Amino acid sequence: MTTTKDHPVQEAHAAAPPAPGGSPRLSDRGLAVAFISPALLLLLGMSVFPLLWALYLSFTDYSATRDVPANFVGVENYTNILTSDQVHQRALTTLLYVVGAVTLQTVLGFAIAFLISRRTHGRGALTTMFLVPMMLSPVVVGLFWKFMLDAQFGVINSMLGSLGLGQVEWLTRQRTALISLIVVDTWQWTPFIMLIALAGLTAVPKYLYEAASIDRASEWFRFRHITLPMVWPLLLIAIMFRAIEAFRLFDLVYILTSGGPGVSTETLSFHVYKVAFLGFNTGTASAYGILMVLVVIVLAQFYLRYLNKLKEG
Amino acid sequence: MAITIDEAVPVSATHDAPPERRRGGRGRMVVEVVLLTALAVAMLFPVLWMLETSIKENRDVYAVPAKFFGFDLTLAHYKDVFVAPGGGRSDLSGSFLNSVIVAGASTVLATVLGVPAAWAYSRFSMKAKKDQLFFILSTRFMPPVVVVIPIFLMYRSLGLIDSKLGLVLIYAAFNVPFTIWMMKGFVDEVPAEYEDAAMLDGYTRLQAFHKFTLPLLVPGIAATAVFALIFSWNEFVFAIFLTSSQEVRTAPPAIAGLIGGTTVDWGLVAASAVVFALPVLVFAYLVRKHLVAGVTLGAVRR
Repeated sequence: MTTTKDHPVQEAHAAAPPAPGGSPRLSDRGLAVAFISPALLLLLGMSVFPLLWALYLSFTDYSATRDVPANFVGVENYTNILTSDQVHQRALTTLLYVVGAVTLQTVLGFAIAFLISRRTHGRGALTTMFLVPMMLSPVVVGLFWKFMLDAQFGVINSMLGSLGLGQVEWLTRQRTALISLIVVDTWQWTPFIMLIALAGLTAVPKYLYEAASIDRASEWFRFRHITLPMVWPLLLIAIMFRAIEAFRLFDLVYILTSGGPGVSTETLSFHVYKVAFLGFNTGTASAYGILMVLVVIVLAQFYLRYLNKLKEG
Repeated sequence: MAITIDEAVPVSATHDAPPERRRGGRGRMVVEVVLLTALAVAMLFPVLWMLETSIKENRDVYAVPAKFFGFDLTLAHYKDVFVAPGGGRSDLSGSFLNSVIVAGASTVLATVLGVPAAWAYSRFSMKAKKDQLFFILSTRFMPPVVVVIPIFLMYRSLGLIDSKLGLVLIYAAFNVPFTIWMMKGFVDEVPAEYEDAAMLDGYTRLQAFHKFTLPLLVPGIAATAVFALIFSWNEFVFAIFLTSSQEVRTAPPAIAGLIGGTTVDWGLVAASAVVFALPVLVFAYLVRKHLVAGVTLGAVRR
């Protein structure tokens, strides 16, 4: 019965022009669902669900170390965080760090890319060499620099000493610790900006420069009116990307300064860690985390929308 | 335009300008090369210093002022990375093995889940495709310290705390968005007409993907997998919060643990950092063509 019923249908399907011989078992739609849903399920289970749980916990006074069921406390956690001077100070530290590091990286990265793009020989080798720091784990980078910045036998102080300059306690003085952090992050991520700026610079069509030199445009004019406008969109993507990453930064602080001395290098990420894993105020930490996620989502939206615009334009 | 033509016309100007410009050009070139060299030295010095420290005798490691040349060579630090003081395997070498297992397994999982999804996103029209793709990428931007709080609680009730499986799952979840975005770019480059032609020959859509598109994607899959491998290999935040025992601990927290005590054996730290970083650099060199796409999570393509 069924076979006789199925047969004509299948034949009709086989004769249909868009997909002759197309599988009767799996339609395109079914295939798409079968291929996409496993990946989405993993994301839902490991990213979305945990965040929703954190959202729930953020309205409670739950603590991961106490065996007491969570009490609903409303938005108390949120108001506490938003009005806390401690958090304001961490936000300021984070802002200083993000702005300082990203600015330095952009200037240096673009400068290096510009210099490399003007070389005709050995561009590939040069680029590869400059990229090394970026590929290293933050752990390795943090340890490298902790050793080099060591006040007693660090190589940086040793070099300063041979230049006749005084010793600096890089990681244990309030003011220099944040600067050290910015320097190390800049060392690691300048190659990132450089790489993307270089991609932009090499994509500038040669004929534009040729036309400009026929017009005897000055170097500055060429840079200002040809190079920069052509590279800027890509550069902006790199900057936004770095800003998000810098905002999330945790590992480098953990290795290099542990937030110290005092709280001078305690970024928001590091403070969340302290609240969650040293203070075990899980509810408060969750609210804190949700607020950070909101900031990241806003930043990421800017980034993605811009990216989208760029791709379509 | 008119002005520039006027300027170009005088014979004397065009005659005098070239030599001067060339001289100025050369001076400028020297400045540029010097600047570039100085920057290259600044960027590479920390790496070279770590390499040097890893092969120095201990007393030279702590020498003040620092010894750049003429130190005594030793491979003892590298031996310490792999061999325990009393003989047998060291704890660090066990951590390296764990890293290989966790990074490898999570990469395989992310690739197996991500590649088909990328193909489906590239080939089929679906509702709110762009929003789905952006949602997928934005999960990757979540601060790890924040995500780790609920993940920690979730793993605790599932018994996944301090297990390799737990690390593999979270790394895979962090690499799937990357894999999908990166691979979608590679799939977009393969014309859909290949599959249409194969289907005209009587293959199903699935067979067409398997027999014709997939082989063409192999280089892209390899590059994507290498990046996922590097991300998992280098990851630190989840590793330090979700694992504690020596049997599970991966290399990054193990190496970071070396500086916990009152005295730090910097020679050993340097040697283990070099051993840890070397495979990454080799792999990164292999995928250098795809670096721009790789480091921007597949968002920017050249």
